[in-house]
Amino acid sequence: MKRTIPLFISAVTGFVLIGTAFIPQFVDWGNDAMAWFNLLAAFAFILGGGNLLKMQLQKISAQQPGWGYAAVTLIAFFITLYVGLAKVGVNPSVKFPEFAWSGEFQEEGSAFWWLFEYIFYPLSATMFALLAFYISSAAFRAFRAKNTEATILLLIAVIVLLGRTYAGVWLTGWLPNEPIIGSSGITYSDFHLPHLSQIIMDDFTTPGMRAITIGIALGVASTSLKVLLGVDRSYLGSDQEA
Amino acid sequence: MLKILQTLDRRWIFLAMFLAVAIPLIMGMTFPEKTSDQVMAVFNAVENLPDGSNVVMALDYDPASEGELQPMASAFTRHCALKKHNIYFMTLWPQGGPMIQRSTDLLENDYPETYKGKYGSKYVNLGFRAGNEGVIKLVVEDLKKSYDTDVQGTNLNDIPLTKNLKNIQQVDLLCNVSAGYPGSKEWVLYGSAPFDIPTVIGCTGVQAPIMLPYIPQQLTGMLAAIKGAAEYEQAIINRYPELNDNPAAKEGLKRMGPQLVAHVLLIGLIALGNVIYFWERKQGTA
Repeated sequence: MKRTIPLFISAVTGFVLIGTAFIPQFVDWGNDAMAWFNLLAAFAFILGGGNLLKMQLQKISAQQPGWGYAAVTLIAFFITLYVGLAKVGVNPSVKFPEFAWSGEFQEEGSAFWWLFEYIFYPLSATMFALLAFYISSAAFRAFRAKNTEATILLLIAVIVLLGRTYAGVWLTGWLPNEPIIGSSGITYSDFHLPHLSQIIMDDFTTPGMRAITIGIALGVASTSLKVLLGVDRSYLGSDQEA
Repeated sequence: MLKILQTLDRRWIFLAMFLAVAIPLIMGMTFPEKTSDQVMAVFNAVENLPDGSNVVMALDYDPASEGELQPMASAFTRHCALKKHNIYFMTLWPQGGPMIQRSTDLLENDYPETYKGKYGSKYVNLGFRAGNEGVIKLVVEDLKKSYDTDVQGTNLNDIPLTKNLKNIQQVDLLCNVSAGYPGSKEWVLYGSAPFDIPTVIGCTGVQAPIMLPYIPQQLTGMLAAIKGAAEYEQAIINRYPELNDNPAAKEGLKRMGPQLVAHVLLIGLIALGNVIYFWERKQGTA
């Protein structure tokens, strides 16, 4: 029973959503199903928060290496949760001045806004910016022309890296728009780095991605059918009935 | 010399990258940008709409990608403001609210004659909803089933812009700026493609190859990475030359300077790494 009901809900919802694409009468049902899905997605944040709490508390109680970071995570979590829920520093909205909590929790000047702008924002941007340093180190140490495939990849990377900046124009912009002697219709300017970069994107990357996308779509369709028909039940967890 | 490079401390590489980005940024180096066909398709999609058209601006990114995507979002917003379009802001990312705030601030501060104090009649902020592609599926069919209020808690039936809006199939253009999931791909799969909503996107460089297959059938055009933003800014400046004196309208163009030097440094490092590799191979140590 514990597995049958979720299987039934998945199958009905899935087939209704498929039906919305073909049967107009199903559209309203599909919309209702999506509204329910969105509600559940909102509750998933609570589950996520609970899971975060559980994992970090386990680390702290077992005094695992790095448990101090877990403590910092928890403190940050509770402070953010409190200032957001209690709307610390938020003024009542102009429309509902009689209600103290009617303002927006991210209102400029509020405690939550302050945490976002001056802690989350710089930390988040810094973490992402660090990628540039690691990429440069990896480029120096790992990007080697060890075989034919790696050499082709390397050449293409150089063309795209240069072609996507003004360096490409500067280096090859002088090539004349004249036909190469003995060639049929190929001009020197066809070898402009930005042009070559565009050819790589249009004639190699796009067809390659199309093939991959179609492959993925077929895989998703067959996996979805297996889920809807109850053949694949791995999403329900262990096979053993509780 | 090669032996020194063989054991080079990676902190020197970090320092070189820091200088490669910092110096052009401080010096304000910019370079002319030639707009590609793809970027012109995006520009024309916004430009060719009649003044005062309805545009949905879905900003699905967070501060981590703001460096790459904010110039696009600002350029989209600025271009729409120049055309006096009505703008519906929304996001599928919980951290997207403050990103929307930057665009609404731009509207109010840079185009006060059209947008100052016109919240609800010229632009509206629907804010964040949980549900990823579930939200997209709902807003394209029945907006008010997903959003019953705006970000300030006002019922959508009381807001002039949303009062008669059943779903976003009724808007003239969908602009999406996205850093990943949920984002451009989901908007195309569940929004623009099934319902033929004209859509333009701006995305990170990593996402660009994933989105290329959808152009031009499902997507009108795409701004890929900071280069796309810079080209779009250039296209807007070419059409509205008065923006040439506005440094805020050149954020993408300004970021192409550091990108150029960083790319050249990367190529130099790759070349140097390969010189060491072949030297080691010759010595029989690789």
